[in-house]
Parts: sequence; C-alpha cells; structure tokens
Amino acid sequence: MSSTYETVAGIISETADIPREQITPESHAIDDLGIDSLAFLDIAFAIDKAFGIKLPLEQWTQEVNEGKAPAEEYFVLKNLVARIDALVAAKNA
Amino acid sequence: MRLEYFEMIDRVTVLDRETKRIEAQSTVPQESPVFEGHFPGHPLVPGVLLTETMAQASGYLVLGLMDFTHMPFLMAVDKARFRTFVGPGTVLTVSAQLEHEGSGYAVTKARIAVEGKAICDAELRFRIMPFPEGMDELMRAQGRRIGLLTENADA
Repeated sequence: MSSTYETVAGIISETADIPREQITPESHAIDDLGIDSLAFLDIAFAIDKAFGIKLPLEQWTQEVNEGKAPAEEYFVLKNLVARIDALVAAKNA
Repeated sequence: MRLEYFEMIDRVTVLDRETKRIEAQSTVPQESPVFEGHFPGHPLVPGVLLTETMAQASGYLVLGLMDFTHMPFLMAVDKARFRTFVGPGTVLTVSAQLEHEGSGYAVTKARIAVEGKAICDAELRFRIMPFPEGMDELMRAQGRRIGLLTENADA
C-alpha cells in the first residue's frame, strides 16, 4: 500500500491503541475498528498535522447523517487514504 | 476567581485575532471551601482547577475568534505540567494560543504565569459544536462580564 496508508494506519494504531496487524485497507474505522467520534477527532488531529491538511470532518459527518453519502465512503481506510491524497494534491496544486 | 462556581477568569486583557492569542487575569481568592480540603492548613489551588483555568481561557479564545457562533467543549488534556504551587491571593496571568483549527475541533497551548514565572502549561483540545439551545446568550453575557466582548479586549 501507499505511504499515505502506512502513515494513517500507524496513526490509528497509536492513537486508538489498536494492534497494527488488525488494521487493513478494508477496515471501517467505526464498524470494524470500534473508533468512536471522539477518538476519531484525535486521529483527525494527527492526520491534519502529519499531512498539513484539514480533514473536512464536519462536512463528511453532515453528508452521512443526511444520507447523501454512505459512511464507507469516508471511514473505510482505503477511501479515507484516497481523500487524504486528494486533499494533499489540492494543497500542493 | 470563584473556584466553587468554576468562574476561573476574572478579566480578558488581550484577544489578538491576528496571532490567535488570548491573555487574561485572575486572582485566587483568599478564602474558598476548596481550601478546606486542599489542603487542611496548607491551602493550594488544585491542579485540576488550574487546568480548568487554562481550558476556560482557551475556550474564550475560541469563542472570541468564532464570534460566539459555536461552543468549545474540552475533550483532551495533553502534556499538562504543574511547575509550582499556587496559594490564596495569587494574581495569575493566563494565556492561550490557538495551535490548530480543525474541522469540528480546535487545539490550543495554554499557560499560567505569576509575574512572568511559569506555573503550569498544557496542550488542550476542544470539540467545537453548535450551542445547546439557549446557551449562546448566556455565554455572551459571560463574555461581557469578563471583558471579552468589549472593544478594549479586541486588540
């Protein structure tokens, strides 16, 4: 997997105290890894710092709550990583 | 300061929107029920209340920068250090700097000093949420009471 994935998986493992081997690209942060919303804010902070971006968590949460997007789109790790890569690319454009 | 009412900030002296920093003054009361237990015959402000003081300064910073549109709730305290004792009558200078403004959360670094000497410091994180119903006006009233909403405080 990409270095972005490795960084994100490492952040999740360290921040949420989840064994690294339990985390896969297909893991759903909430459903599979049991990360609650508060813990996810800790992870978002670490991701923001690591990549110099601002994860639009409020927008994502609103879209999921309003049924405009499935939670998997943002909270399955491979999709989260793709979003991070897009935000980093947009920042560097 | 009214420790037993959790009114930790007496007066905001600086709210600098450009550098995203706040400074406030608070005077530890001479008498408080808190000192009856902490500690008998040797009154000291508990570290947890110093943490609350840093959190409130940080919270007012976020409230001020966001023009009281959302409410910050303390969600994490990291790297807290308590470097010396604080007793009755001490005048505290409380400051906080916004370190990161995330989506739905904010991070500050806060410290308390007495005459320039470091008392304590911590990194604090807040969840930023819409105001619970009716709370925004109460917080604005509190902001006016401590000078956060006056022109003098808007550096």
